[in-house]
Amino acid sequence: MIPAPPVALGALLPALIVFGTGVLVLLLDLVPPRTKDHLGGVALAGIVIALLGSISLWNHETRAFRDMVLLDNYALFFHVVICYAAALAVLLSIDYLRRNGVESGEYYALLLFSTTGMMLLASAGDLLIVFLGIELMSLSLYVLAGLFKMRLASGEASMKYFLLGAFATGFLLYGIALIYGATGSTNFDRIAAAAARPRDTLVTIGLGLLLVGFGFKISSVPFHMWAPDVYEGAPTSVTALIATGSKAAAFAALIRVLTVALRAAQPDWSVLLWAVAAVTMTAGNVIAIAQSNLKRMLAYSSIAHVGYMLVGLVAGGVPGAGAVLFYLLAYTFTTAGAFGAILLVERSDGEAVEVDDYAGLARRHPVLAATLGLFLLSLVGIPPLAGFVGKFYLFGSAVRAGYLWLTVIGVLNSAIAAYYYLRVIVYMYMREPEGVEVRLVPSFAGGVALAIALVGIVLLGVMPAPFADLAQVAVAPLLR
Amino acid sequence: MSLPPIGLLTVVTFLPAVGALLILLLVPRRHEEALRWGGLVVSLATFAASVPLWTGFDAGDADMQFEELLRWMPGLGVGYHVGVDGISVLLVLLTTFLMPVALASAWHAIEDRTKEFVIAMLLLEVGMVGVFVSLDLFLFFVFWEAMLIPMYFVIGVWGGANRVYAAVKFVLYTMVGSALMLVAILALYYQHGAATGTYTFDLPTLTRYILAPGLAQNLMFVAFALAFAIKVPLFPFHTWLPDAHVEAPTAGSVILAGVLLKMGTYGFLRFCLPLFPDASVDFGPWVYALAVIGIVYGAFVSTVQPDLKKLVAYSSVSHLGFVMLGLFTLTPQGLVGGVIQMVNHGLSTGALFLMVGMIYERRHTRLISEFGGLWAVIPGFSALLLIVCLSSLGLPGLNGFVGEFLILVGTFSVNKWLAAAATTGIIFAAVYLLWMYQRVAFGEIRHEANRRLADLTPREWAVLVPVVVLIVWIGVYPKAFTAKTEASVLALIAQVESKAAVARAPLPWWASR
Repeated sequence: MIPAPPVALGALLPALIVFGTGVLVLLLDLVPPRTKDHLGGVALAGIVIALLGSISLWNHETRAFRDMVLLDNYALFFHVVICYAAALAVLLSIDYLRRNGVESGEYYALLLFSTTGMMLLASAGDLLIVFLGIELMSLSLYVLAGLFKMRLASGEASMKYFLLGAFATGFLLYGIALIYGATGSTNFDRIAAAAARPRDTLVTIGLGLLLVGFGFKISSVPFHMWAPDVYEGAPTSVTALIATGSKAAAFAALIRVLTVALRAAQPDWSVLLWAVAAVTMTAGNVIAIAQSNLKRMLAYSSIAHVGYMLVGLVAGGVPGAGAVLFYLLAYTFTTAGAFGAILLVERSDGEAVEVDDYAGLARRHPVLAATLGLFLLSLVGIPPLAGFVGKFYLFGSAVRAGYLWLTVIGVLNSAIAAYYYLRVIVYMYMREPEGVEVRLVPSFAGGVALAIALVGIVLLGVMPAPFADLAQVAVAPLLR
Repeated sequence: MSLPPIGLLTVVTFLPAVGALLILLLVPRRHEEALRWGGLVVSLATFAASVPLWTGFDAGDADMQFEELLRWMPGLGVGYHVGVDGISVLLVLLTTFLMPVALASAWHAIEDRTKEFVIAMLLLEVGMVGVFVSLDLFLFFVFWEAMLIPMYFVIGVWGGANRVYAAVKFVLYTMVGSALMLVAILALYYQHGAATGTYTFDLPTLTRYILAPGLAQNLMFVAFALAFAIKVPLFPFHTWLPDAHVEAPTAGSVILAGVLLKMGTYGFLRFCLPLFPDASVDFGPWVYALAVIGIVYGAFVSTVQPDLKKLVAYSSVSHLGFVMLGLFTLTPQGLVGGVIQMVNHGLSTGALFLMVGMIYERRHTRLISEFGGLWAVIPGFSALLLIVCLSSLGLPGLNGFVGEFLILVGTFSVNKWLAAAATTGIIFAAVYLLWMYQRVAFGEIRHEANRRLADLTPREWAVLVPVVVLIVWIGVYPKAFTAKTEASVLALIAQVESKAAVARAPLPWWASR
């Protein structure tokens, strides 16, 4: 008889809270009343409790299931980022779903399950948990992307996301298998111990396959093809979650795998990621220039931002990895806010996602235009907003590590990116309304979400030091 | 937790932001008159607050004065460090002086979205003053970048027909330059940190550090210089300027010419010279060359402009060439002349843009050929325009002469051929300005519309007279202004000379004595 390992669920507490809320939402869905508004409230409450729980567990490191699940500061930092992303997504969903006639309990349940998967990824200490987390997160998101059953684009998004995602997971699994074959373990620490001898071909190939899998999840070039279609077709609230939470979670696992399990292969992966970062930033920004659909533009922009974050990963060390964590926090608020602002603008025949729809928006809805403008300026990296400080930390870490040319590519990309972000501002402020009239959808929850995101980007921009310090404290133990 | 005491410089810097916030929250957008008065009152209050900087400034002290230092991001070595010396105090005053002038000039020119306009202008003032008072590279960069956005809106929303193109071009040019400057700032930060163990963005601390001459210093110099050269603009980075100036509303042009361009020359002075002394000396001849090309080229292009505003815009390229020439001579005369010339250009060119704006409001055209014989119709306007043109072309007794003379004296002591070439710029300035004046003010009245023009209104007199008073004041008694800068300039030169330890490379033939 196999002895059962000791079960210590404490390490899973925040994830379990979210998961439990998901189950609760499913159950509540079965009982009256028929309206589903309260389910959003329940989901939000669960996420907020998990968020507060994560914050209160800071500095209480726990390990469970033979180090498969780690609840260290690193995981907790990501829990906070992911919970914020999920909470903003829920706030944005409440009125949005009703508007589109797709209110349903399972939406919130799936959103919570996918959040659980993300949190699991952040606290994974074993490649199997990484796989488990990615599957839980992705499968839920595949369904959520296809929520608008009557829209072709939504179906296409779901299908594409599923097929390419499943394909990527295959690569990931191959990579895990090869690394297991080479080192005899799937646990990060034991892989690190076994892979200490340099240049094991099997590990190198496994590393490559893992990077392919993660590349799909974080949508780095050349594995970014799915992103624009999925971002465009999926419901905007889901897009916000895919762009922020799922990306943060994938980065959480990627950073841990690379800096803990495969630290011996750093010379290999940093060279690879150097090239990937440079190509990802450039391709993302250049293609974004040509987009006229805001959701597609933000998709390419998010690809470019992945490139910036990879710069921090290449730079390595506590400053580099810490900068990536800070950037993810800043990026989550900024991107969720930008998608949130788009979600509140509507044409008579559907969502207003073409840049033309925003012509003259500032004249009719000055507050919303100013808000969206601030999110875009944060994406450009204009001080004193979060995006600027994030980039400052990232590029600072790269200069520190001596990656001058990568930094130069990065800052020039920021200048290119200014063009397409500012174009939206040009439409909002410098053109007169044309074509179909757009209107602002009144939504209290959506307004709250935008307000939270706005406070976030200003606070992180003006007072970044405490948060950046937390990010560094979180990554420091990984790199010892 | 007790709040730190708020110093005078912080008040001057952030008073417009507080005012903008109050206007945003308290004044409804339909009360346009209240919005205009609100903006004017805030900017006047800022000017009033900045006057003690001038009166309380100790001209004998070369160090920073009114300094304030607070920890901002201690982990990174970023501090809120502000202060003014004899160079920046002039520019701060210029900024706070020109802002109410610009706002008053826009009284009837800006009728659309007045609220946004007033707020944008006030935020712009925060950025500009912030750039001049920052003594921390991070803080400086924050203001430098943040300032772009309000200017972008001012050009893009309230500009002329081609405003969006001009606004985007302005932002992209500046961003490309400042992006590389950011890399250089970071490189300097880490190099200093690695060498001394102190990681800091504090400018005085970094200035004391002697950076080894060589490739690294040269690259950092080039990165900084590119950002500043685009801003100045130094030939051949000037192509954004005519577009931005022509499309910007009058108030925007005044601020752009009066203050924004000075941020580039100030950057050379405050950052390039003391931080990278060897590179500054080595690259000096190239800067001379570009400056002289700019002086002559700007003057040539000005001469043939059919459009008044374009003429003034290109004349800026020429005038700023003089400033750059003066700064890089690294002689006391050249530097003092350069600093004074920055102020002069702000006043003269600012006034020229104001007057072009005034005549445009009357006739809705800026073509020189549309005018002629204005002296007979609007003598007040014509007289003031004459004074301003004479000031711009450097007539002795007015401000332009002081700056250009000092610059040429400094240049002559470095290289007489260079001085000779630059002097032609003054001659051509007389050509394009007087020829323009002749075609506008003298001769027959060729267009019927010009017969019915109204002379300056009391508001326009109120806008122009303070500027003209300063133009005459600097021209007649420049010592009041040069005295403030001298000590700081001498200290700066001493610092550069002592740090540029390497034997100077022989200069190319066209730049040697």
